[in-house]
Amino acid sequence: MSESSNVHTAPIHATAAEVHDYDVIVVGAGGAGLRAAIEAHESGARTAIVCKSLLGKAHTVMAEGGLAAAMGNVWPEDNWKVHFRDTMRGGKMLNNWRMAQLHAQEAPDRVEELEDWGAAFDRTEDGRILQRDFGGHRYARLAHVGDRTGLEMIRTLQNRAVSSRIDVFMECTVLRLLTENGQPGNRVAGAYAYWRESGTFVQFNAPAIVLATGGIGKSFKVTSNSWEYTGDGHSLALEAGADLMDMEFVQFHPTGMVWPPSVKGILVTEGVRGDGGILKNSEGKRFMFDYIPEVFASDTADTIEEADRWYEDKKTARRPPELLPRDEVARAINSEIKAGRGSPHGGIFLDIASRRPAEYIQRRLPSMYHQFKELADVDITKEAMEIGPTCHYVMGGIRVDADTAAATIPGLFAAGECAAGMHGSNRLGGNSLGDLLVFGRRAGGAAAEYAQALPPGKRPQADDKQVKDVIADALAPFERDPAQNPYTVHAKLQNTMNDLVGIIRTEAELERALKELAVLNEEAAVVGVEGHRQFNPGWHLAIDLRNMLRVSECIAMAALARHESRGGHTREDYPAADPVVFGKLNHVLRIRGGELQLFAEPLPQMPDELAELFDAAPAGAADEKKASS
Amino acid sequence: MGYDLSMRVWRGDAGGGDLRDYSVPVEEGEVVLDAIHRIQQTQSGDLAVRWNCKAGKCGSCSMEINGKPRLACMTRLSTFEPTETITVTPLRTFPVIRDLVTDVSFNYEMASRVPAFAPRPREKDGTHRVQQIDIDRVQEFHKCIECFLCQTVCHVIRDHDENKQEFAGPRMFVKYAELEMHPLDTNDRRDLLREKAGLGMCNITKCCTEVCPEHIKITDNAIIPLKERVVDNSYDPLVWLGRKIRRRSKSD
Repeated sequence: MSESSNVHTAPIHATAAEVHDYDVIVVGAGGAGLRAAIEAHESGARTAIVCKSLLGKAHTVMAEGGLAAAMGNVWPEDNWKVHFRDTMRGGKMLNNWRMAQLHAQEAPDRVEELEDWGAAFDRTEDGRILQRDFGGHRYARLAHVGDRTGLEMIRTLQNRAVSSRIDVFMECTVLRLLTENGQPGNRVAGAYAYWRESGTFVQFNAPAIVLATGGIGKSFKVTSNSWEYTGDGHSLALEAGADLMDMEFVQFHPTGMVWPPSVKGILVTEGVRGDGGILKNSEGKRFMFDYIPEVFASDTADTIEEADRWYEDKKTARRPPELLPRDEVARAINSEIKAGRGSPHGGIFLDIASRRPAEYIQRRLPSMYHQFKELADVDITKEAMEIGPTCHYVMGGIRVDADTAAATIPGLFAAGECAAGMHGSNRLGGNSLGDLLVFGRRAGGAAAEYAQALPPGKRPQADDKQVKDVIADALAPFERDPAQNPYTVHAKLQNTMNDLVGIIRTEAELERALKELAVLNEEAAVVGVEGHRQFNPGWHLAIDLRNMLRVSECIAMAALARHESRGGHTREDYPAADPVVFGKLNHVLRIRGGELQLFAEPLPQMPDELAELFDAAPAGAADEKKASS
Repeated sequence: MGYDLSMRVWRGDAGGGDLRDYSVPVEEGEVVLDAIHRIQQTQSGDLAVRWNCKAGKCGSCSMEINGKPRLACMTRLSTFEPTETITVTPLRTFPVIRDLVTDVSFNYEMASRVPAFAPRPREKDGTHRVQQIDIDRVQEFHKCIECFLCQTVCHVIRDHDENKQEFAGPRMFVKYAELEMHPLDTNDRRDLLREKAGLGMCNITKCCTEVCPEHIKITDNAIIPLKERVVDNSYDPLVWLGRKIRRRSKSD
């Protein structure tokens, strides 16, 4: 690679020990990672990004609908308090209130910052940033670029990072976090990684690490997530002694493609419903009116006439039930399919063709139009789409401090999907992109400050024995029989999680899942790979598999322990929310003495001035005790 | 509906390689990337291929399919006869790393040379006022998913490595265009385009436009207008005179 670029690929001639020293290492180059790196760099810290894929390919690129920010450009009534309230209610009040508050307050600034860095948002008539409707948001508040907002965001941040000459190590996967004396729970000393291209190892020494590795969807068979979503950050943090939290909450997006089989799970943006699309069953019935939970009843239209009027008249009409939070809509679709009212390929119909002119659909939803046309031979301006729930997002993640994004071990920070708290038990659409920017920035700033406060002599040193262990562990699959194939174990894991830890859960199935995961752990421990270390996907998967298994175990354990239904966790055997016990606690997971352990921690209580927002609201979260399904 | 597909896949590395024959079962509605994944899962676990989203949004799985640069995730098997052998090879313009994976760092190097976006100040009320019609053309360019298919098909560099030093390629012209035409941007990149990015080497054969999976009209909407702007800037007699009077640019 030429010296004029700071974007590095694997060295052609690998040296025995490639070592780099930085103040801050950011793992992951999606929205949160890039924003964290920009902030750390601008704070004066020597910063590098280490990412698994080529720069600009991270999963953020798949985000479609937009970025929720109470800018009030379309509805001047909107403000951060309304956004905060929507977020908390969407998360069924299990959110870390401080994170939800910071997010609602700071998201508008982050949008303007993107605009100053070159993002080309859609505009209002008077030339300001246009905002669109989405599920669970009281006002139209998503800043967007058609239905490819994530691409716009990642490219804007990528350009900013490249022009700031931040070092990027791409196609480089972190194997383990290095800690002082190699002991879990101690201060972070760096990260050990391998180059995917060459298979050679590289050591990063840094006192501060920001994890921004995204989600866990690849543990599930039907998912909207890309291959990178193997829970790396979750697993690295847990292994280093940090806490995970809220792992039982997994979001199944209501609308994924269901046909053809090869595209099953690919996301269909909520923007389709925000722009007028409706859900129908095989009898042609607009069924969502039958699934309005008590807690949202006073905010939701109960006639078709009112629902249709809402798009133009938000003052007197209430929102259509298609725009309930994602957990509600996904459960409703699931019930309709189970009741035998599904579409030919086992989904439900999403219809915008009969509701909006073709020209409008093509302008508002260009990539949906393109996606269905090219992958399913369906013209969405002429016929309904077939859709069904798909594993989309994990609300759970690394337990962090709201203001600094600091994890529970010194020197470790986390932001974006791999961090917990912001979304509670269910994330609202449009709140992810804002989360990435708000907490990416905070994590980068806090990591830089932490690192800069440590003089060179006081920095934790990497432990040679730990490094040797990591290398031996990583290379072990080459010594084993390739007949024990990592792809086979991965396929089994995806089936187990899909069938037993999916959208509707029971005690018996969760217990079976934990048993199956134990067997899969044994199988994963003996997988072998063929070939050599240079760009070997089988080897990469053998490594990723351990992370997926560890995270899956966390999800199943926490799901088994939560005896209620709330947000992205639905128990058939405990169908109601339990405000007395489980509504007041978060599940925390940590490894102690080599054992994965689960603890209940009391939910942080919000101050009175914020709690009042819920009393004054038309439908208080206080009546949450009524079952949400 | 399923059948056994015959595939020829290039296997090898920088030192050389060859086409290997595979027979792989495929199902209705599948794409080329599905067939490659099935080969990985059941026959050659170490077959190297880049991919991320498998939905045509990230631009990772670019390769040459029967000699045409395409995204493997968006190339449906139904576009071929079941009896047809599908041949997949790595992008020709970039050095091979292994199998279907190439070293695309040339593109990142060229991107790092493009001067950044520099907006005009905000209005007094703190907003930027831009009409949708003015942002439309920038949005067309922002659809680019950086699959680099336009780069690999471009004959200026496809078989002419020597041109890579001074030719940025269609992807980068789209990048220059989106900045040059951004209603808020204040930078001027025209001299750079002429002198360092090799805009003049493009002779508008439109191959790049044809392969673009996002249907960006690269030649008509990016390259030709840039050429016009550069020409206006460099050769318009009034501009020339004005520059002589005010200041000398490096190109004079």
